[in-house]
Amino acid sequence: MNYRVDAGLYALGEPDAESPVFVTANYKLTFDLFRRAVSSVDSLRAAPLGGNLPSEHGEREGEAPTALPVEGATRAPEIDGWILVLDTLGINVWCAAGKGTFGTDELVERIASSRLASIVSHRKLIVPQLGAPGIAAHDVKRRSGFQVVYGPVRAEDLPAFLTRSLKAEGRMRTKDFGFRERLALVPMEVVPALKVALPAAAGLFLLSFLAAGFSLSRALDSLLIPLIAIGTSILAGAVFTPLLLPWLPGRAFSVKGSILGLLSGLLVTSLLSVGHSVSSMGAVALLTLVSAMAAYLAMNFTGSSTVTSLSGVRKEMRIALPLQIGGTAAGLVLWVIALMGG
Amino acid sequence: MRSMLYLKDVVTLAYSPETCTGCGTCLQVCPREVLRRSNGKIEIALRDACIECGACQRNCPQGALTVKAGVGCASAIMNQMLGRKAACCGVDDNCLS
Repeated sequence: MNYRVDAGLYALGEPDAESPVFVTANYKLTFDLFRRAVSSVDSLRAAPLGGNLPSEHGEREGEAPTALPVEGATRAPEIDGWILVLDTLGINVWCAAGKGTFGTDELVERIASSRLASIVSHRKLIVPQLGAPGIAAHDVKRRSGFQVVYGPVRAEDLPAFLTRSLKAEGRMRTKDFGFRERLALVPMEVVPALKVALPAAAGLFLLSFLAAGFSLSRALDSLLIPLIAIGTSILAGAVFTPLLLPWLPGRAFSVKGSILGLLSGLLVTSLLSVGHSVSSMGAVALLTLVSAMAAYLAMNFTGSSTVTSLSGVRKEMRIALPLQIGGTAAGLVLWVIALMGG
Repeated sequence: MRSMLYLKDVVTLAYSPETCTGCGTCLQVCPREVLRRSNGKIEIALRDACIECGACQRNCPQGALTVKAGVGCASAIMNQMLGRKAACCGVDDNCLS
């Protein structure tokens, strides 16, 4: 599936030479989010026209900008303006700015190739604030004559930003990381974890099956500890650590994950010991495995979060990664010892 | 809710007040309210909130703010260590936020 929009200049509603110019990325979801944000609420509820993006426009030098129907809209957008779409290889503004594809060079070149200076009479561009890591406003001004005005972090705040004569502060300027956003990211953590966990479980099963002399029931019995450890780690590290992130103790994600892992491990062990006889060695193996693996999965959430720094994650990994690997290895050894003892 | 803070005293953000003209662009681009204006001068108010995105450095005309910009992503760092493509935020990656 193609998630790219052609780069170039687009018309929003019926803009004229005085209309504001918005800069955005050519990731389709970003583009749609932007257009939805500047459309009236009524038009969103209206029946779709079925109008898709025109297949080609804007890219050719100096071509006239194309008017677009907002998907699902039966009314004109609330705001008339121009949308200057930069070629970010189909990547969102924040990530593309970090890579530099949403950057000064691309913006300056896109201003020239779209002949923006002859289409609008003013010299102002509204650039999303999260594009700032890639755009040097003073360089854009020097090279193109256009002044960059940083708009709000969230597209949904654009109408308010426009009515406040292009001023944003406080909440409009900050990136939060709320519960809903963390909840939406949980599948992104669980799916990759399962992709590793399922083959690992299959491998352990094969080993146990061989070691148990091809007895299925004995193999499954001996697998109880590692299978429960894997499942509990994923729940603790990839589901509940992201959800409970601000309330878990510690600053490093590994610390949060290992604490939650240890608590979940204790809970599971006490539940297990009701119906099963779990050796104390088996219980220690389980707790060690869950603490280490949940810490690893929690550490992987650093990339999805909006609160971590590269220096910080490097420091965390230097200390935590060896502990996670060592802890998992130690847990497996303890599990084997517990099996032999039993 | 106060924004979540990551590790203490680890970020590479540096500020030299001598070169700062107080234009305030950095205050507009920082998504984490790390900087503030106090008596007309810019100062680092909440250092541990910095995520090293590099927006302030890129937009400071005087070069008064510097930071080693990067993405705080453990899987990207691991891929890099394993010699795989270090790209985060690719279309096939999980990081679209």
